[in-house]
Amino acid sequence: MNSPAAAQGGEGDDGATGAPEIPGAKAAVSLVIEDLVAGYGEVVALDKVTITAEAATITAVLGANGAGKTTLLRAISGMVRPRSGRVLLGGADRTGRSPEDMARAGIAHVPEGQGVIAELTVEENLRIGMMSWPGIAPRRADRAAALSEAYERFSVLADRRRKLAATLSGGERQMLVIARALVARPRVLLLDEPSLGLAPRIMTQVMDMVVRLSRENSITIVLVEQNARSALAIADRGVVLNLGRVVATADARTLATDVALRHHYLGF
Amino acid sequence: MVEFLQFTLSGLSFGMIYAAIALSLVLIWRGTRLLNFAQGGMAMFTTYIALEVIRHTGSYWAGFAVALAAGVVLGAAAELAVIRPALGKPELNAVIITIGLLILLEGLAGIFYGGQYRSFPAAFSIIGLKAGSTPLGVSRFDVFVALAVLAATLLLAIGFRYTSAGLRMRAAAFNATVARLSGIRVARVITVGWALAGLLGALAGVLVTPSTFLYPNSMDSIFVFGFTAAVIGGLDSPLGAVVGGLLLGVALSYAGGYLGSQGSDLTALVALGILVVVLMLRPDGIFSGARVRRV
Repeated sequence: MNSPAAAQGGEGDDGATGAPEIPGAKAAVSLVIEDLVAGYGEVVALDKVTITAEAATITAVLGANGAGKTTLLRAISGMVRPRSGRVLLGGADRTGRSPEDMARAGIAHVPEGQGVIAELTVEENLRIGMMSWPGIAPRRADRAAALSEAYERFSVLADRRRKLAATLSGGERQMLVIARALVARPRVLLLDEPSLGLAPRIMTQVMDMVVRLSRENSITIVLVEQNARSALAIADRGVVLNLGRVVATADARTLATDVALRHHYLGF
Repeated sequence: MVEFLQFTLSGLSFGMIYAAIALSLVLIWRGTRLLNFAQGGMAMFTTYIALEVIRHTGSYWAGFAVALAAGVVLGAAAELAVIRPALGKPELNAVIITIGLLILLEGLAGIFYGGQYRSFPAAFSIIGLKAGSTPLGVSRFDVFVALAVLAATLLLAIGFRYTSAGLRMRAAAFNATVARLSGIRVARVITVGWALAGLLGALAGVLVTPSTFLYPNSMDSIFVFGFTAAVIGGLDSPLGAVVGGLLLGVALSYAGGYLGSQGSDLTALVALGILVVVLMLRPDGIFSGARVRRV
């Protein structure tokens, strides 16, 4: 579908600060997971998982409950420390970094269902997205521009900027979480079940937006979804996990037409 | 009526001190879900430092400033040195560490300064103010106490509400996971919280000690009342801490005033009574109800 971009390994930024670039001058980067092993206590949730997400593509990670999808995202964003294996962002080894460092390196992780801070207002939630920006004090104009961009993209949020996030509906909360992730100007976006619990119409909007983020903003997206059909419809590549192992990796279209695989692991 | 006014005003003045201690406990509670039992001990220690500076320089305000700075340093150092290693372990560990810190500080104060009561100067006159010929029950210094805590509280509130650092602190307190995923260095935020708590405690120490004398245990009862105030207000709420402190200060002042000579012995009992009643009616404290519960 989408030709693999040539940006892999072209990112020389390996400084401890790992500052994302200024918007506009931002190059798409690839995300490579190599032989990743991670788990909780005795449980091994990921067993030698290898995935390559080319720059500015959408990679759908599919599989049943307990397949290790969420752990995969947590291991990439630093919430779970990998036991072995590597996480490469634009060719630079970022394995075992803290979530703070990963965020500052340009990875935005939108966790499932719990991303908004209900006690803060909508605008404050958006401003949290600026905390990973490089430098100590971002310029006022930059901050205002980022906010108005978010409100332009998500007009529902503009009307509620002074309201507590607790007052938002499920769909609006999902919008807010994605909007906040975008304020951070990420190079890689990890989305965990972004359509969970959303009305079909809203879900279509979210999926459309994911496509636009990849195509227009050159963000590399890893999308974890229960709804394999709709995820494969927008993805470039698909990876199927089962019990912590990769059982299939292919073009999304190939996966979607593989009847045996669909039947076995994806349930459609 | 005049008595009532006097008791109310002096209650508010003392209540502001409880509020400062309560606020310091709330700051730490919000960041780490931990009660810092050493808060009073830290305040006692910084007050000794203030006394030392005042004696050497002859300047009250130099001692005042050094005490606040020492509070910041002591708070941050305590968090970095003994609390951080215990975070993520069973909660009781950190609680016991704060009690150990209290014993250590009181022991050190005893070793350095001995156990005798020392008087601590007040910034302004402690002679009661009068409106015409009616004594108001408060002195110029009491007014200063109330204004100083009020100013500190307002500065904190404004900082939390309107600055980027304040937003970071609130985000880290409400949802540490999301905060970290957004690039906020939550560990650093927690250290800053402890430093601010140390500052408030030090402020309470220099403000209350002119009326209590200074000795290694001098802040113990103040801490207990500050803690009570924090629980009454709901440990999560800075506003609750201030209201709880004022409420407790006024109630204890009425008890001490109207119950005669037994009254001052009964203050602890009155505080306990208020605590029991508030917790029966609102188990999470007066100001916690507005908070959204996360599942």
